[in-house]
Amino acid sequence: MSDTPTPRRIPDRLDKPLKSAVFSWEALLVVVAVAIFIANSLASPYFLDPWSLSDLTFNFTEKAIVALAMALLIIAGEIDLSVAAIIALASTLMGMAVQVGVGTPGLVLIGIAVGLACGAFNGLLVTRLGLPSIVVTIGTMTLYRGIAFIILGDQAYKGYPSSFAFFGQGYVWWVVSFEVTLFLVAAAIYWALLHRTSFGRRIFAIGNNPVAAQFSGVRVGRTKFILFCLTGLMSGVAAILITSRLGSTRPSIAQGYELEIITMVVLGGVNILGGAGSIPGVVIAAFIMGLVTFGLGLLNVPGIVMSIFVGLLLIVVIALPIVWRRLRREKLA
Amino acid sequence: MDTTARRNGANERPLASTARLTLSGISKSFPGVRALHDVGLSLYPGEVTALVGENGAGKSTLVKIMTGIYQPDSGTIAVDGKPVTLPSAHAAFAHGITAIHQETVLFDDLSVAENIFLGHAPRTRLGFIDWAMMRANAHEVLTTMQAGHIDPDSRLKDLGIANKHLVAVARAMSIDAQIVTMDEPTAALSMKEIEELFLLIEFLKSQGKAILFISHKFDEIFRIADRYTVFRDGEKVGEGLLSETNQNELVKAMVGRSIDHIFPQRTVSIGEPVLAIEGLSHPTEFDDIGFKLHKGEVLGFYGLVGAGRSEVMQAITGITRTSRGTISLEGAEIAPRSAADAIEAGIVYVPEERGKQGVVIGLPIFQNVSLPSLKRTGKSGLLRLAEEFTLARTYTQRLDLRASSLSQDVGTLSGGNQQKVVIAKWLATQPKVIILDEPTKGIDIGSKAAVHGFMGELVTEGLSVIMVSSELPEILGMSDRVVVMREGRIAAVYDNKELDAETLVRAAAGIAA
Repeated sequence: MSDTPTPRRIPDRLDKPLKSAVFSWEALLVVVAVAIFIANSLASPYFLDPWSLSDLTFNFTEKAIVALAMALLIIAGEIDLSVAAIIALASTLMGMAVQVGVGTPGLVLIGIAVGLACGAFNGLLVTRLGLPSIVVTIGTMTLYRGIAFIILGDQAYKGYPSSFAFFGQGYVWWVVSFEVTLFLVAAAIYWALLHRTSFGRRIFAIGNNPVAAQFSGVRVGRTKFILFCLTGLMSGVAAILITSRLGSTRPSIAQGYELEIITMVVLGGVNILGGAGSIPGVVIAAFIMGLVTFGLGLLNVPGIVMSIFVGLLLIVVIALPIVWRRLRREKLA
Repeated sequence: MDTTARRNGANERPLASTARLTLSGISKSFPGVRALHDVGLSLYPGEVTALVGENGAGKSTLVKIMTGIYQPDSGTIAVDGKPVTLPSAHAAFAHGITAIHQETVLFDDLSVAENIFLGHAPRTRLGFIDWAMMRANAHEVLTTMQAGHIDPDSRLKDLGIANKHLVAVARAMSIDAQIVTMDEPTAALSMKEIEELFLLIEFLKSQGKAILFISHKFDEIFRIADRYTVFRDGEKVGEGLLSETNQNELVKAMVGRSIDHIFPQRTVSIGEPVLAIEGLSHPTEFDDIGFKLHKGEVLGFYGLVGAGRSEVMQAITGITRTSRGTISLEGAEIAPRSAADAIEAGIVYVPEERGKQGVVIGLPIFQNVSLPSLKRTGKSGLLRLAEEFTLARTYTQRLDLRASSLSQDVGTLSGGNQQKVVIAKWLATQPKVIILDEPTKGIDIGSKAAVHGFMGELVTEGLSVIMVSSELPEILGMSDRVVVMREGRIAAVYDNKELDAETLVRAAAGIAA
């Protein structure tokens, strides 16, 4: 609106009132997480056991690892719906390799390479042909999973080497699993990438105004391409973890994960329209999702009810900020 | 420039004494901002009232209150002396208050008649639209405006902008609007189109309409308006008859200080050529463009809207591709394939469309300024916030930016201050050549002076400037040489010595002297 009269020296920032920190989305998420944690411990006497808490993390770390990269992609104004299909295809190709006697290092390499290749293909279609990512990745979602189905039929690949089991079943120290360790390390890396590097700053610029970003010398296409590759890469990593944990590959592997991953990202405060969001928010949101599914599991709620819950949660977290803004605007006008 | 030649009959006709629309004691606050404080405004039948003020003075807020989009916190609105409330845009419409904007209100894919009668089309007895009646009525309205040449059946998108204005006015006529507001209607028009718009305004006056005219251009105000009201920082600081004031007084009231000379005097010796363009061509937009830019020079680019000036500049800065031609910077040929390449080479482009291409709304001021310079402010890919703040402060303060902090979202600034952020962003890259495309379009006079003053400083520091502008005073006041473009080609190049506006206009329009 109008401008405040000039102080000759413009300060870097005004002192933020404590209120804005207390009422931030991340703070709200922490409160919700603590509340669900308490509710769970009241609902079941087994919940507070260290091993039970450790089990809980297996519920969400694989998806959360993909959510980290997805957060960056959504902040840049794009989306990848094919992540679960990439997991399925990577897992299937790993299973094929096992049949011809490929060892653990080779399997890891295949998982990562397939993820990266699928992500790069998505990225090429979006940035080179200028197609909307939602359409491209609905297409590749069917494509990648279709290839997995053709290879696998209604069979299952088994017989993974015992050393391969470590990624999804091993523990680094006491109850701390390899999966959760990997997730926390990845979260730290993605936090630094998004919030502490020039690359991260450009992601925010692209999400808020891609045209002005391009005019400002940001290589918009290249940046988006890298983000698609990262999302594919993280899907490949998730494929390694899931396959290792289950010890087998079935065609239905990771079915419906894309929805839970996107829900995590949006619950974490990332604007579905791009331009805003934070990694700490996504990490807390991942824990909330894990706590809720685990809590519902403790209460013996069937899986189909859980997917209803996830669907509702997605709608609510997308609608909430939009309705909130509309109410504020009406108050203004 | 004193009171410009006035052509209209403001003095020949007796002025109306009773206002058609009266706003009094209007106040409006937004959280943290007092937009309007106890302001009043009266519009009289058959007269044009000019509302002047710097960006952020509260003009647009008042228009939104008049048209029912905002509700005032206090104050009264009266139409023909009777108090009314305007709870919605529809209510304002019902009281005969209408706004003519640049593009927004009309529909490109509907016919002229549909545009005129949208929402109040004549009906048959069965409740269907009476197309024959609608066409006939549309033709009648257009004929009374001496615009009978417009076919009511043609699609709006096939009309030129001047004819679109006629349709917009016809729409206002068809609902019998008594009060017409025009918020910067000339911003995107060429000289000829402005003339046609003025004829229309004269017509509306003759029909007894009360007109509110908002513009940053004083020559237009003095030409078309009868009365004026001045706002500053949300308060009314002056009003009266234009025949009893002059431009200097108005400017003084607007900015609260007098601006003696808007264009800085400078004594810079023009140096060697820095940028040389040869035979630059594009399949559709421009052809065979060649010119040289020297060190310390301001090269003006003048032409009508659509002459291809912006397209040439975007090609030089790697944003659009060319089919032929060469670009040389300091003797070495360059072929920028993206804005990033051009910035690296030392050529930057400050785009015309501030909102779409210039600022990144949603990011704070300092992040907007540092965006193209992140390589320099950061270290091996990592951000260094302290460096960014220093960079942003250095350049925004030189441009006299008004903001409460550098972490403020750039979207909360007024247009003029956003433009300062955009220019600061480009200067922070320390370019050799800076291309400014309509650098002062739609910004207030105080910000304009800051931008012009700064351009003067830049060339003394050895920078070379290309300035694309459609404002003649700016072209004549700032340029060392002027390139005139017409229909994608260079029509003429002039040394700015005793160059006059008429020569430029003729060259741009292709009229032989």
